[in-house]
Amino acid sequence: MNRRQYWMLALIIVLIVLAAFVVFNKQFTINNPFTGVVVFARNTETRLGLDLRGGLQTLLEVPEEYAVSANDLATTRDILEQRSNALGVSEVQMQTAGQRRIVAEFPGISNPEEVIASLQQTGLLEFVDMGGTRLEPGTIIETDFGKQTQAPTLGINDQLDPAALPVLHTVLTGVALDSISVGQNSTTGEYVINFVLKSDTAKLFSDYTRDNTKKILGIVLDKRVISAPQIQNQIPDGKGLISGNFTRDSANTFAVQLRYGSLPVPVVVVESRAIGPTLGAESVRKSLIAGFIGLTAVMVFMALYYRVPGLVADVALVCYTLFSLALFNLIPVVLTLPGIAGFILSIGMAVDANILIFERMKEELRAGRTLSHAIDLGWSRAWPSIRDSNISTLITCAILFWFGNAFGASMVKGFAVTLSLGVLVSLFTAIVVSRTFLHVVLDNLKLSEHPRWFGI
Amino acid sequence: MNIIKNRYLYFGISLLVIIPGLIALAMWGLPTGIDFTGGSLLEVKLVNPNNMPTLKEISDIYGQFATAENPIADPLVQPIGIDGFSIRSKQMDETTKIAIVEAVKKQYAADVVVLNFTSISPSIGQEVAVRAAGAVALAALGILLYITYAFRGIQHSFRYGTAAIIAMLHDVLVVLGVEAILGHFLGWQADSLFLTALLTVIGFSVHDTIVVFDRIRENSGIYRKLNYETLVNHSIVQSLDRSINTQLTVMITLFSLVLFGGDSIRHFVIILLVGVFSGTYSSIFNAAPILVVWENKEWRNWFGRGNSKSTEASAPL
Repeated sequence: MNRRQYWMLALIIVLIVLAAFVVFNKQFTINNPFTGVVVFARNTETRLGLDLRGGLQTLLEVPEEYAVSANDLATTRDILEQRSNALGVSEVQMQTAGQRRIVAEFPGISNPEEVIASLQQTGLLEFVDMGGTRLEPGTIIETDFGKQTQAPTLGINDQLDPAALPVLHTVLTGVALDSISVGQNSTTGEYVINFVLKSDTAKLFSDYTRDNTKKILGIVLDKRVISAPQIQNQIPDGKGLISGNFTRDSANTFAVQLRYGSLPVPVVVVESRAIGPTLGAESVRKSLIAGFIGLTAVMVFMALYYRVPGLVADVALVCYTLFSLALFNLIPVVLTLPGIAGFILSIGMAVDANILIFERMKEELRAGRTLSHAIDLGWSRAWPSIRDSNISTLITCAILFWFGNAFGASMVKGFAVTLSLGVLVSLFTAIVVSRTFLHVVLDNLKLSEHPRWFGI
Repeated sequence: MNIIKNRYLYFGISLLVIIPGLIALAMWGLPTGIDFTGGSLLEVKLVNPNNMPTLKEISDIYGQFATAENPIADPLVQPIGIDGFSIRSKQMDETTKIAIVEAVKKQYAADVVVLNFTSISPSIGQEVAVRAAGAVALAALGILLYITYAFRGIQHSFRYGTAAIIAMLHDVLVVLGVEAILGHFLGWQADSLFLTALLTVIGFSVHDTIVVFDRIRENSGIYRKLNYETLVNHSIVQSLDRSINTQLTVMITLFSLVLFGGDSIRHFVIILLVGVFSGTYSSIFNAAPILVVWENKEWRNWFGRGNSKSTEASAPL
């Protein structure tokens, strides 16, 4: 052993201790040893995906007839997230996927029906030009918002035939609202919603109300008329109120929905998967047992076939498993069933790296090299194949990750993440851990005395 | 050991597996699950029912709730254990599902546990399938470019990338064919887990091929005088121990998953087993021999004198 290998051994031991700590503790904190200030803190519990712990996963999509920008989609996601939190669902995960989709994950919920219903409610508030005709509250109408690529513009529908139910023009949407509050009419005691428009729309609204005094401005939520007030006077300051026979509760619900509930674009649920917690728990238990048995069997095989180097590989394999699990907990990576499959495949590849090195080492030993020399030669001969085969796997992973991300196929994504992390860690264990341990264990042995220890 | 000499025999063995698979694919198609076709899958367990509904009765309940928006009449009902059902139908919405569960509860005085409810719109399913194929094609291109680059030091580095991709396609066809055959006889349906298995096989296949090719790359620097055929054969034999051992370790892990893992992943793991085995086989018996066929430009003789080899013309694929 030389000086470099001692350093490597020290590094490996530190990493093992850290990794073990991360794997076996739920919280990982580093304090500054002098001041005691926390410099790093992270929750390191293992995150299980919905297929393993039960829960609801939905894929939401903006229907094709609506134009949607990346910004709109991000806003929609944020709003949905707030809305779900308001429903009391914890740990909601929402991610945009591609250009018109959002993946929403609700771990461990027992009432998928309610959640889906609430998600599907767009909460799209529209101020609709009804011209001179007052449509009754409750009427379902069509509007032109979003069906065109331009933003809604101010315009006039002069004549309107209520029987034909034409497509009405949207003057403003909920996006233009700056603030919302629930108030009470001081004379009638009726509950109302006070709103203030954002300053840039306030001016437009002022002009619009001036030009369209005495016309009806319908207030419409998700294409259903809530109220249809007449514009009495010009509204110069962007402040207005919505009345609609609200009770105190309904006014509050409505206000909450408007506050962070009005989505810039509507969404529909195109895919939903609800997995009961029992099915998930069963899968986890069985997969863990199977994984453990599989790993043990592989270790026994390695020890029997490669003898002492095989035992070294087994230690490296345990390190590999520990490092990977620690990384999964730290990053954190959500473990799903395909994710576990990716991890198991990467175990196979980690073992492969060791096998490649040992086979080369044996060849060198047969050619009469000393042990220490054979270890280094075996390693350097095996390296190009380890490198190239793993890089090609990483290329596949990168493309799968992109695919999974863009189309909301989170199963494929989870697989790509764990496999690529596994490959990176296995490269590290092959380069550093196996080699260092081989030197530590073998450098002082003489091959001529113990050929059987190497399976030669 | 001379593997290269018998290369057409090994190509033939590949065809023996692939051709029935292709016939099965052509005759029965690949039975695809709702992940790709769209639809709804409801898995329920009945707790303490007064009597157990028959499959027909479940189907009838679905029929009662079928509407134009939820065309769920004639679902495919299968039992799970003694007290559960797995029901596949056209896509239905959340409200309909609740109504069905309530109806079952009422009719059989049972508590109904929904184990799993999946609902996927048909457009999404088709899109995933099409895009997945695109992703695989893109991955193949990336690998081809990388191998061509990594093997730039030796002659015809492009051939190595191509041969690796052909071996990969071989494994994809084996897996698809086996899935089609087993799907027909065992009622398996290709779902997104199957897609994941296929992707794993692709990753493993190329990984394994590169290790064999690496030996050829190394040896072509050492044995400059050797003819190519001998060189390739020597390289295969040298890396054979490793190929078998790696194959064994992966198989051990997968077998343990088949035996002790849950039912939900058994289909997935069996497909992986088939694919991983095929991956190792194709690296040794297809990918490397293809290099020799290419080097000798043997296709010139395939159609020449009408000898027995002509039937194996399309052997690599």
